[in-house]
Amino acid sequence: MSNASPTYQPPTKVGRIADFVDQRTGLSSVTREFGRKIFPDHWSFMFGEVALYCFIILLLSGTFLTFFFNPSMAETTYSGAYVPLRGMDMSVAYQSSLHISFEVRGGLFMRQLHHWAALLFVAAMSVHMLRVFFTGAFRKPREINWVIGGVLLILGMAEGFTGYSLPDDLLSGNGLRIIDGVIKSIPVIGTWISFFLFGGEFPGNAIIGRLYVLHILLIPAMILGLVALHLIFVVVHKHTQYPGPGRNDRNVVGYPLGPVYAAKAGGFFFIVFGVLAAIAAGFTINPIWNYGPYDPSPVSAGTQPDWYIGWVDGALRLMPGVLGAVGGYRQHFEFVVFGQQTLTLNVLLPALVPAGIVFTVLFIYPWIERWITKDEREHHVLDRPRNAPTRTAIGMAGFTFYCVMWAAASSDLIATHFHVALNDVTYWLRALFFVGPIIAFVVTKRIALGLQRKDREIALHGRETGRIVRLPHGEFIEVHAPLDAYKRYRLISFDSPEVLPAQPNAKGVVDRRERRRAKFSQWFFEDRVAPVTPAELEAAHAHGHHEAIESAPTSGH
Amino acid sequence: MKALSQKRRHPLAVVALLVMGLLLTGVLYSVASTANQAKADSGFTASDVSSGQKLFVANCATCHGMNGQGSASGPSLVGVGAAAADFQVSTGRMPMQMSGPQAQRKPAQFNADQTRQLAAFVASLGAGPTLPDESMLDGKGDATHGGELFRVNCAMCHNAAAAGGALTRGKFAPSLDGVPAQNIYEAMVTGPQNMPVFSDANISPEGKRDIITFLQTIQKQGSPGGADLGSLGPVSEGLFIWVAGLGVIIAFTIWLTSRSS
Repeated sequence: MSNASPTYQPPTKVGRIADFVDQRTGLSSVTREFGRKIFPDHWSFMFGEVALYCFIILLLSGTFLTFFFNPSMAETTYSGAYVPLRGMDMSVAYQSSLHISFEVRGGLFMRQLHHWAALLFVAAMSVHMLRVFFTGAFRKPREINWVIGGVLLILGMAEGFTGYSLPDDLLSGNGLRIIDGVIKSIPVIGTWISFFLFGGEFPGNAIIGRLYVLHILLIPAMILGLVALHLIFVVVHKHTQYPGPGRNDRNVVGYPLGPVYAAKAGGFFFIVFGVLAAIAAGFTINPIWNYGPYDPSPVSAGTQPDWYIGWVDGALRLMPGVLGAVGGYRQHFEFVVFGQQTLTLNVLLPALVPAGIVFTVLFIYPWIERWITKDEREHHVLDRPRNAPTRTAIGMAGFTFYCVMWAAASSDLIATHFHVALNDVTYWLRALFFVGPIIAFVVTKRIALGLQRKDREIALHGRETGRIVRLPHGEFIEVHAPLDAYKRYRLISFDSPEVLPAQPNAKGVVDRRERRRAKFSQWFFEDRVAPVTPAELEAAHAHGHHEAIESAPTSGH
Repeated sequence: MKALSQKRRHPLAVVALLVMGLLLTGVLYSVASTANQAKADSGFTASDVSSGQKLFVANCATCHGMNGQGSASGPSLVGVGAAAADFQVSTGRMPMQMSGPQAQRKPAQFNADQTRQLAAFVASLGAGPTLPDESMLDGKGDATHGGELFRVNCAMCHNAAAAGGALTRGKFAPSLDGVPAQNIYEAMVTGPQNMPVFSDANISPEGKRDIITFLQTIQKQGSPGGADLGSLGPVSEGLFIWVAGLGVIIAFTIWLTSRSS
C-alpha cells in the first residue's frame, strides 16, 4: 500500500510496470504477507509438495494426451506402426493409445511421464499422510485438513483407476471386469448399478467415454478445489514443526517463504519434473501393446492393478471361495436368498469391508484420539513417533494390515520369484491378515518404549563413546560424553500424557461412556516412559561430577 | 441299384448296415485321432534307435522302466512321441534333477546327437507327436494372428508378454524369453509338465507357426518404452516408483533441507 502513493515515481522501467500492476491489483501486500510466511525446514515435510508437483505434471502431460486420445469404443482395424497388432480389430480408444505411443512425436514419453507421475502422485500423498499421522500433525486444529487429505487420497485413487482403464487394453479391461464383478455383488441393486454404469451388459460401448469425462473433468476439478482448500488451511494453521529448542505451539521456526524457500520450492518442482522425466524416458510403464486390445475372453497371468488399487485386489485374492466343510458339506460363501438373489459374499466382503475399515478409521482417528485423551489444546509442535507409542503402534498395525493385502495382490509374482507355492503364499497372508496387525502393534509399541528408554539414558548419562578407561584401582569403565544442551532438549522436552481416569460429568456422575473412555485412556497411556525431569537431570550431573573421571557409570539407576 | 433296393429288406441287411457303420466310424476315428501324430517317424535310423536305447537304459530307465513302460516314479513313455522326448531332454528338464511340483529347466545333459537318439528310441515305443517340420519354425507366419492366439490360449499362464506366471502349489508357467522355436512347438503338441496339449485340431500347425512368429517378433523388437522391468506389469512398476522414484526424491529432499537447523 505504501508504494501506492500517487506522488511516487519509480525510477526504472521495471519499477514503473511493477507499480502499475500493484496499483491495480494490490499484489505487493499479498506478496509481503506470503513472503514472510515462515516454513520449517525438514525433509519429511516435502512429500505434500511432491504430490502437488506431480499433480501439476499430470495436468501438463494429461493435456498433451487429450490432444490425441479418442475415447471411443467404436471398432476399427489397426493399421499403424506396431507390426504384431496390424490387421487386428480393436476399439478406437486403444488404437489412439497405440497411435500416441508409436506415431505421435514424444507421445510415448508423455504417456509414460503421465503414468509414472500418477504412481508417484499417490505414493507421495500416501507417504505425506503417514508422516502426518505418525507425527501427530492431524491434531487440533488440523483435523479437517486431515479429512481433506483423506478425501484427496481417495480421489487420487479414483483418478488413477479411471485413467488406467482408458486405453481399453486387455489389462485395463480385466481391471474393469473386476470392478463390474464387485458392483454386481452388491445385493439387489448391484446388477442395476452395473447396467447403468456400463450402459448395458459389460463391457458395452459407453464406459470408456464416461470414464474419460470423469478422468479429465470431474475428478481433476475436485482434486484441484480440495488442493486449494488444503493449502489455504496450511496457511491458516501455519506449518507444524518438530520439537526443538525455542520451538513451541505459539511460534514457527524456519525460513520465510521469500526468497529462500520460494526458490527452493520452485527448484524442487523442476527436480521432481526432472526425476520423473528421466524415469519416463528410460523405463517402460504400462506397455499396452503387449496386452493387446480388450477382449472379454482372455485374462493374462500377472494381471494386477496399479499399486494404489493393489490392496483391494489383494483382499479379493485372499478371500477363500469356500468356508470349509460344515457337517460333511462344503459350505460356500455364496448364497441364494429369497429364491432368486445371489449373495456373493466371497466378492462383496473382501471388496468393501477392508477398504471400509481402513478409510473409516483413517477419517475418524483424530476424533478417536481426542475423545480418549480429552486433549482440547492446539498442537503445532509435532510428536516424535516414539514419544506417542500407542499411536505409532496403531499406525503400524494399520500399515501392516494394508501391506498384507498389498502383498497379496502380487501373490503370484511372490510365488514365482521366490520359488514358493502360490497356495502357501495365500495361506500365510491369510493368517497375517488377522495376526499381522496385532504383532505389528505389540512390536512397534515395545520398540517405541525401548527408544524412549534409550533417549532417557542418553539424556541422563550422555552418549557412549566406546572409550574404555581403566581406573587406578583396576575398574574398567566406559567414558560417556555429555550431550550438548540442544541435543538434550530434543530428548527431554516432549508431551507425555498420563492415564486420565474417568471424570464425573456436569452432574457429578461418572457415566458408562466415560468409564469406557477411561479404559481406552489406560490402554493408551499405561505403558509410559516419563521424560527426564530437571531434578533427575540435576542429580545425574551432580553424580557425574562426583565420580572423579569425566564419566558416569552406566549401571545403578 | 435295383439289386440293392430289392435286397434292402433282407433280414441280414440291418446287420450288414451296422457292420458298415461301425467300420466307417472306426476308420474315420483312427484317421482323425492319428492326424496329430506321427505319420512316420521319418529321419530316424535303426542305429539312432539302438544308441538311443542304450542311453535310455543308462539314464532314464530307473524311473521310466527298461522299455519306457513307466514305473511308480515316472510315467510311461509309450506314445509320447519324439517331440516330447526332444523337448524334455533338450531343455534339460530330463533327466530330472530333483522331484518337485514340476521338472525345472537346466543346462541340457545330452548333446544334440544324443538327444536325437533318445527321441528316436522314444518314438520307436509307439506313435506320438513327431519333431516339428522346419517350415513351421521359420517365424514367417502372421504375428498379429499369433498374438491373438497367444492371448487367448497361452497368456493366462505365460503372461501377455510371455514373461511367465504362477500356477497352484509351486507349479509355474515359465518365461518364454529365449526359448527356441522348436521347443515352443513341441511344448504345444505334447503339453509338458502342467501344460495342456494344444493339438492340431485345437490350434492348427499354421496357428502354431503364427504364435512362434509372434513370440519371435516381440523378442526381436525389444521394449519400445525403455527398460521393461521384467514385463511383469504393474507390480514391478509400483515397486520401481516406490524404491527408485521415491528414493531419489527423498535423497533430493534431504539435500534441499540439509543446511537448516
